[in-house]
Amino acid sequence: MGLEILVCIKQVPHPDHFSEIRVDIGKGRVIGEGIPVIMNPLDRNALEEALRNKERFSGRITVIRMGRPQLQKAVEEALAMGADRAVLLYDKAFARPDTLATAFTLFYAIRKLGKFDLIYCGNETVDSGTAQVGPQLAELLDIPQVSGVQEVSFVDGKSLEVRRAWEHGHMKIRLKLPALLSVTRDINKPRLPTVQGIMEVPRKEVIIWNAKDIGAPLENVGLRGSSIYAAGIHEYKTERRREIVQGSTEEKVRRAVARLKELGAI
Amino acid sequence: MTKCGSISESGEIWVIGEQCQGRLEGVSLELLSKGRALSQSMDVTLASVLIGDEVEETAWELIFHGAEKVYLLEDVRLRYYQSEAYARLLAGVIEEHGPQVVLIGATEIGKELAPKVAAKLRTGLTAHCIDIYVGEVDAAPYLIHVVPGWGGNLVMQIIFPQKRPQIATVKPGVLSKAVRDENNKGEIVRVKFRLKDEDFSRIETIEVVEERPKGKPVESADVVVCGGWGMNALGDFSKAQELADILGGVVAGTRPAVDKGWVEEGRMIGQSGKTVSPGLFVSLGASGAMHYTTGFMGSKVVLAVDQNPQAPIFQVADIGIVGDLREVLPYLIEELRKERMTRNL
Repeated sequence: MGLEILVCIKQVPHPDHFSEIRVDIGKGRVIGEGIPVIMNPLDRNALEEALRNKERFSGRITVIRMGRPQLQKAVEEALAMGADRAVLLYDKAFARPDTLATAFTLFYAIRKLGKFDLIYCGNETVDSGTAQVGPQLAELLDIPQVSGVQEVSFVDGKSLEVRRAWEHGHMKIRLKLPALLSVTRDINKPRLPTVQGIMEVPRKEVIIWNAKDIGAPLENVGLRGSSIYAAGIHEYKTERRREIVQGSTEEKVRRAVARLKELGAI
Repeated sequence: MTKCGSISESGEIWVIGEQCQGRLEGVSLELLSKGRALSQSMDVTLASVLIGDEVEETAWELIFHGAEKVYLLEDVRLRYYQSEAYARLLAGVIEEHGPQVVLIGATEIGKELAPKVAAKLRTGLTAHCIDIYVGEVDAAPYLIHVVPGWGGNLVMQIIFPQKRPQIATVKPGVLSKAVRDENNKGEIVRVKFRLKDEDFSRIETIEVVEERPKGKPVESADVVVCGGWGMNALGDFSKAQELADILGGVVAGTRPAVDKGWVEEGRMIGQSGKTVSPGLFVSLGASGAMHYTTGFMGSKVVLAVDQNPQAPIFQVADIGIVGDLREVLPYLIEELRKERMTRNL
């Protein structure tokens, strides 16, 4: 019997283009239109680990994503890498959630999908980077979860031993399936999609569900389900002197050191 | 008593102490200084929670650093962080005592524990705050959580209109530490609780491995010399190390430098690494991507060296040297060595 594995993915703006993101101060919203999007980098590690599990134990990999169905880059990439099917959650009611409202949306969809042995998430995203959705989803599903996962080994078909990141070294955690793991980039090196993988994408199943489809109570999802609210948003500007020293290399260095001295930095 | 939103609140402000073998994490002391400021302006009690095994001495440290009360949960099985037991106990003690604000360090453990507790309590949670203060939104007083996003490019002010408690994780290394005073008075409240086998049957921490960091940690250094991809031109990090030694500082690296194996992961500066606020931050051969610069924005003075005059790093530096590292670094090392010798005379 194979493993039923779910991988949660998010589509995010490309980090190299973050400086192009602007905010609409009046509406307090981020304007990211026209910025290239990618699958969140750590979600690729999450999918890679799922693919390796499937190669070893057989099974099925489902990827799930919340977002507009027109923007499919992350889902297409996941299917091309080897995921078997995708679930896309889209509804206006899902918009502007906090992390718990996001976890609730995923929870209702997972409840409808049925049982999973393992759920993988990237430990954090590159945009908001909270690292909260994984642990919160696990709480709602009432399954054990570990963040900062650097290594996974199967003790037997029913339990795992994982290595998790810790400031002063690492920790070894033993846990029983079903479980949710939030993985770091140390865990593996994600594969690139093959030509064959890309060719198979159109034949794979993509399920699109809205709030009604998954039976999500509107008071638990999106902005309505959120406990926190962004009262303001602005671009972060550091106040720095921005002095560029001039002259020959020797002069530049001498001037820079003199300025550091004046500023009391050395 | 401060009115936050339409609610007037008397609940305590809590700081969750994190310890290993009795040693407190630095961020716990940073949270106590912030907690103290908030509790004074809101006129409520500052309390702390400590979970562990035989950690009463550590509880007193929390009091010496400003906690007026410490809720202490001790058991031999709680010696190390245990995912389900810690989350259940912490959520339980919060429900019982009803604090209005709970501050948790955004450590590897805090980042897992906080969302679990917030989900159990069905309340909100802000992530890796860089500040929290009492401010106004539409002329009403609110506690404002300052949260960076998009690689530090944007900053959001987040409020909790209704749900309580307000839970926040706070980024280590950003706030200043509370001052220790052994004359501080406080009360230790021993919390009664019962552990269940189920707390450990689905998930258990079975081993905690401490790895001694090589050299001084980057967070506590007065001078940080950080190398990026541009160090490639020199072939290795020895010149960066030399510079750091002269300045009495430590070396650090950007993501590419860590990937190259020049510096260890624990010395990576940036959004997914460490945040530092030293007196002097020296950036060598890094162009200045947002997810890197957010890691040192609190530094007092920033010196940047890069060969590209258009590199964004110069927008976030006080002093910039445009030039080839292979030429600039030897001069810089020489000049600073002279500087140090004259001072020692």
